Order: sequence, then structure tokens, then C-alpha cells
Amino acid sequence: MDSLYFLIPIAVVFVALAIKVFFWAVNNGQYDDLETEGRRILFEDDLQASSTKTEEKE
Amino acid sequence: MKSPCYHCGLPVPAGSNHSVVIEGVPRSMCCPGCEAVASAIVSGGLDGFYRYREKQSDRPEQNQPQDRWSAYDLPEVQQLFVHDWDGGRQMAALLIGGITCAACVWLIEKHLGQLAGIEKVSVNASTQRAQIVFDPEQIQPSALFEALEQIGYRPAPATAANRESVIQSEHRAALRRLGVAGLGTMQVMMFAIALYFGAGSGDVGEFERYFRWVSLLVATPVVFYAARPFFSAALRSLRTRHLSMDVPVSLAIGLAYGASFYATVFGTGEVYFESISMFTFFLLLGRTVEMRARHRAGLASGGLAQLLPMTAARYDGTEVAHVPVAALAAGDRILLRPGDTIPADGEVLEGESGVDESLLSGESALQQKTVGSPVYAGSVNGDSSLTVRVTAAGKSTRLSAIERLVERAQLEKPAQVALADRVAGIFVGVVLVAALSAFAVWWQLDPSRAFWVALSVLVVTCPCALSLATPAALASATLRLQELGLLVAGGSLLETLPRISRVVFDKTGTLTRGEPRILHIDLLRDGWTEQKVKDVAAALESQTHHPLARAFRAWRGNLTASQLKVHTGRGLEGQIEGNRYRLGRADFVIMQSITAPQGEGQWLLLADEVGAIAWIALGDKLRDSAAQAVEQLGQMGLSVELLSGDQSAEVKRLAAQAGIECFRAGASPEDKLSHMKQRQDAGEKVLMVGDGLNDVPVLSGADASVAMMSAADLAQSRADAILLNGDLRVLAQSVALARKCRRVVRQNLAWALGYNVIALPLAVCGLVPPWAAAIGMSLSSLVVVINALRLSRAAPSTEDTTRVEPNIRPRLAD
Repeated sequence: MDSLYFLIPIAVVFVALAIKVFFWAVNNGQYDDLETEGRRILFEDDLQASSTKTEEKE
Repeated sequence: MKSPCYHCGLPVPAGSNHSVVIEGVPRSMCCPGCEAVASAIVSGGLDGFYRYREKQSDRPEQNQPQDRWSAYDLPEVQQLFVHDWDGGRQMAALLIGGITCAACVWLIEKHLGQLAGIEKVSVNASTQRAQIVFDPEQIQPSALFEALEQIGYRPAPATAANRESVIQSEHRAALRRLGVAGLGTMQVMMFAIALYFGAGSGDVGEFERYFRWVSLLVATPVVFYAARPFFSAALRSLRTRHLSMDVPVSLAIGLAYGASFYATVFGTGEVYFESISMFTFFLLLGRTVEMRARHRAGLASGGLAQLLPMTAARYDGTEVAHVPVAALAAGDRILLRPGDTIPADGEVLEGESGVDESLLSGESALQQKTVGSPVYAGSVNGDSSLTVRVTAAGKSTRLSAIERLVERAQLEKPAQVALADRVAGIFVGVVLVAALSAFAVWWQLDPSRAFWVALSVLVVTCPCALSLATPAALASATLRLQELGLLVAGGSLLETLPRISRVVFDKTGTLTRGEPRILHIDLLRDGWTEQKVKDVAAALESQTHHPLARAFRAWRGNLTASQLKVHTGRGLEGQIEGNRYRLGRADFVIMQSITAPQGEGQWLLLADEVGAIAWIALGDKLRDSAAQAVEQLGQMGLSVELLSGDQSAEVKRLAAQAGIECFRAGASPEDKLSHMKQRQDAGEKVLMVGDGLNDVPVLSGADASVAMMSAADLAQSRADAILLNGDLRVLAQSVALARKCRRVVRQNLAWALGYNVIALPLAVCGLVPPWAAAIGMSLSSLVVVINALRLSRAAPSTEDTTRVEPNIRPRLAD
């Protein structure tokens, strides 16, 4: 049980770190546009495939 | 029927021959504008855009002057929206109209990325803003505008960046508070579970003391950072001497925290850290959702200033210079081409033209302007060129005066909030009295328990469930409505919508598309086909900007006309393949009276030097969703009515087509208003759906009002909601959702009040242990929030589940 005296402050420090990271993310605009960013990766992959395809066709 | 335009989704007129090969398949386009945009996209190798987009694109504007962006290269204009960036580069902030989905972002970023000198493009789809970092040595801002226009978007400099940054920082602050409250709650709840086990034992052990201190440590930022808005709002409301919901909220948080702090330091009594944190988190969550809905509504209806053009053609006696509108001053001379939006108030010096002042007066017919007539900013020059001397620019124009009116209207407090505040006032009074009397009574019985009993009264009855009941349901219903396509701007809409008994539609632009179409062609001479009549008419109309000319847009380019001449208010004439043609009013076209055929629409006569060739009937077409919407509303027990300012034959035809039995034609704005007042006096609740400025009085007078997306800005700002996608069936769905929302609010209030009625006496008698108070309070708000969330998943339609998505067809074709 004595380990709690040691482990709980560590947990609190982790939470503090999590909040710091979260603040950093918010202040850097990571949460400003939730709609686009989630899909961007889909566009990128397919684009390269399709543009090379069209180049081949031409 | 032909498939709709692949780019914008509007129907392709018969006889149109515009098409673009996209991904190997020829796609039909409705107009040269869409064709040009689609070709630009395909030639850039970006045709993947059509595969990814989820909504149809907007139809691009046409016939814009070529050099209209050059004014943005002037240094004094640039300083409004271009800022310095690292390493000698610059960053331009642009507002981009026409973004419909994430694929647009992709398209814009790729297309601009192909230009030399552009370093970085980032587009935000929800705010429609773009930040473009570029090298000023290689590329000028005007090229950015041009490139965006090429692919069908409407760029504008984001000069109102201040308001935008206020919204952004508000949004970020809310998210930060929410994050602190959320993470803090999770952590404190973990310690609280440990504390619950020791809570009944009475004596405060070593571990319990330790856990309390850690809980205090974690809960402190939640109270002092995350919950600060409640304290400042409560202070504000106390200063204005009335009790709002924020007062008991802050009282509960503040007292519970103070008492828990005391208990922790001195090792007596109970702690409530987890209740405080959870309560703060839930309340913040509700408010953040509400705030986002409000911001989005604000973004959708932009300022009136955007109606003005960005540049004007100033004429200083020898040469014409394109200058930013902001640089205009009284006394300047400006040239206006047909179709130009007038940038400032002024007086006509030269020329004669019809001007569309529908924005300002609601009158849709063109106003004749001759030398000496006044013209107003925001109106549109109709058919021939004008020279105008500016009398007032910028803030002193009539348009600005209207804008100020609109702003004032927006500041008015919605009735909904006022009602919640009144309820809160009574509730707060009752709770405070109960807590004080409990304290007084217990002071007599057992002074050591008095404070704790009073506190548990405050915590148990803490108005969280009550204060969340209405906003949580409203926020969740508002979000759902937005998904359906109805942007709620006025807070009272969801409250009044379930009580509506009658729906009144305006005709033009509301039930109809607000775009003239060719209804019918009557050939008067042998050897002519309908196709040829359309081609000739389109060639004659190709240079004018009269609204009726849009009906012929699809056939433009098949023939070319020369020596075009516009006779304002009467018609057009021009030379095609060696023949002189005239199109317009019969008495002008063939100089003698001839009776137009019977039938709906506005009749134009086409003739050459020999005589009449054909009658062309132009009219408006019903929206596809209109008849279905009328039927659905009828099924829900609502009466539907059509109120129009137009003459009767056309109104009757459209009413019959839409299935509306009750209609009234030829009504002026005053008639409309008094007609509505009559209905209201008879005990009916009226929902008005309209779009024009002449509808503004009725929209403000109706119990609830909805404006179309294409509506004049003043109409939008006076309406409680804006219909984003023009699908009238959403109205019936909204009424159904509002009814459901009313049920949920009642359930929530009943639950919250019922809970308090049971808990309050128990707490006053000292029968509620603190852990039970904490759990009860958290549970009661959880129930309310979860119940409200049901609304955001409510089925989209009343009964009808066959919603046709307009974009399904092109996607299936892939």
C-alpha cells in the first residue's frame, strides 16, 4: 500500500502532462477543423494512384 | 430525362451541348461556366475531386470582367489581408465561397499547389477560410484569386479577420476548459471510488487523508480554471440584480469546494471534489455545443458588405483605373457596365439603364434610371452602361444603414433564454431559502452538523439537472437540424415549432427555384424549329444581365449576334447571319399590337424584319421537393398556404402543381402582414417560409420563420432559421424533431424537478450521506444529458425514408 504514496503523484504528473499536450494541440489549431483533416489521408493515397493512372493513359 | 449537370447537379436544359470528359467518361454540363470549371479541374489532373466529393459543387458565376482582381495587387489593398511571413514570404488570408465538403479543400490545396511560388496552402472547411503562404517575387495575390475562380470558387479577402479570431480564441478557450474539466474529472473519480469505501467509517484514516489531498490538488484547476466562466457570469448577473442559473451553479461549486477544502485541511466532514468536477464538465460540454452552433450560424450569414463588389472602375476624365471600393470617395466618377453591382450611392451623369433594386426595396422589376437619377450601393445595373458620380461611399451608404439595423436586430435577446432565467430565479430562491432554514433549524438541534446539512442541501439540489435540461436538449436538436440542412439562428424556433398550425409559403424563390425557364414556345412561321428559336434568342440575350436572360444561358454560343442594342424595358435587337432580329414586348418587336397566346408565364415575341417568328413563354419552376413537402406537412395536421405578390394565373398554376388549396395572389408586403395577423388573431400559430426582402415584415411578424439560403441577407437575419439545401421536405422533418425535442425537454424537467422534490426534504432532514448526494447529483445530470442525446440520433424523416440524395447518381456512375 505504501507504493500508493509514490504511484499516485506519478499519475497526477501524467495527467498534468496530458493537459499540457492537449493545450499545445488546441493552441496549434489541431481542433479547429475536425471535418477535413480526418479525410485528408484518404484523398492523398487515392490521388497518387489515380494520377499515375491517368498519366499512363495519356 | 437527361442526367443532371455533373458539376453542379442542376438539370441540364434540353439542347445544351456542353460536356467534359472526366475519368474517361463524357459528362454533360449545364452551362459554359460549369464546363470551364470542370475542364480546369481535369486539365490540372485533379479529376479525383469528383470521386471524393460528397455534395455537388456550386454553379460558378459567369461573364465576370477579366481584370477584376488586379486591384488586389495594390499595396494599400494588400495590407488588409496579406501579412509578412518568415523568410521574405507573405501570407494571404482569404474567405472562400462555395466550399461544400472536404474534397473541396483537397481540390483547392492541390490546384493552388501547382502554381509556382506558392509555399503552403491550408484551408478550413468549417470556417471557409484559407491561409496561403506565397513568395511575392514569383506570384501576385491577383493570381491566387484567379486560380480559385478558375476551379469554381468565390474568393474574397478575409478582411473581417478580427471577428474570426475572436470566435477562434473563444472556441479554443472552451476546448481547453473542457479538456481540463474532463481529465480532472476522470482523475478525481478514481480517487473518489477509493474514498467511498472509507467514507462510511466516520474517522478519517491516513490513506483517506492522503486521497483527499490529492483530490484537492486535481480539483483545484477544475474549479479555478474550467469553472471560471460560471463565476464571472454569476457576478455579472448579480450586478444587474437578477438571479440567473449561473448563480446557484457557482454557489454550489464555490461552497462545495470551500467546504471540501476546509474538510481536507482540518480532517473533518465530507469532500465533494468529484461532484464538483463532473458537474463542471457536463455544464461546459452543453455550453460548448451551444456555442459552436451559434458560431456556425453567424458564419453562414455573412455581412451585407459582401454584397458590394471589391473593385470599382474609376474614371478621371482621361483613363479608367480599377481601384478598391474602399478607395472611393464622394465626387469620384465611376463607370458601371451592365451586370455590375453598384459599389456606392451616387447620381447618374450619363446613360440610361434599368437597375435592379430588389435588395433594397423588394421590388423585383427593374427601375429606370436616367441622367440625374439616384442609384444606391448594392443594387445591380441592368442592361446598359452608366457613368455615376459618387455621392456617398462606405459607411454612409443606404446599404450600411440597413446593415446597422440588422446588427441591432441580432443583438436582441431570444425569448428562450429569458424564460430559462425566470425559472432559474424562482428555483434559486427556493433552494437558498431551504438551505438557510435547514441551517437555522439544525443550529438549534445540533450545531456541529448544521453547516454540513446546509451544504448537502445545496449539493443535492444543485441545479445541474435543471440547468442542463433545456440547453442540452436544444443543443442536441439544433445539431441534428443542422445535419438535416436547417440552420437554426433564433433560439426560440425549437420552442415555437411544435405549436405551429399553419405554414405559409412565399412563391418566387421559395416554392419555386427563383430562376426563369422556358416553359413553352409557340412557332408562328414555318421552317423554324424550337431549337433555332432558342439559339437566336440566346444570341440576342448573350450580352445582357437581365434576370430573364438566364433562361437562355444553356443555348448561348450556338449562334453569335452583332450590333446588339438594348432598349430598356422593351426588348433587344441584333444582327445574326445577316438578318435583323428583335426580341421583347410585342409592341416594340413588330410595332403593332398582337395578342399573346393564353397560358401561364411571361410572353416574349421574337421577330425579324419580315414579321413575327415565335412566342416564347418564360416562367419559374416549382422546386422538386415542394409537392412532397406540402403533402408531408398536411399529414402532420398543418394547413399550408401560398401567399404571393404575383398576378393570379401563375400563382394558381403553381399552387395546383404543389397541391396547395389555399392561396392568395397579388399581395403587397402590407397585405401579407395583415393577412398573417388575421390568422394569428384567429388563434393560429404561423410558420412563414420566404426569401425576399419584401418578406422581411412577415418573417419578423410570424411566430416562426425560415428563410431560404438564397434569400436576401436581411431576410436571413430576420428569420429564425435558414434552409441550407433548398429541400423543403426538411421543414416537415424539423417540425417532427421539434415536437420530439419538446417531449424530451418536458421529460428532463420532470426528472430534474422530481429528483429535487424527493432529495430536498431528505437532505433537509440530514438523511443524505455526502456520497449519496454526490452520486445523486451526478446521476441526475447524466440521465438528462443521455436523454437529450437521443435527439441527435433521431430518425431524419417523419415517415418517409426514401430521401433521394442528389449526389448518389453521379457517384454510382463511377
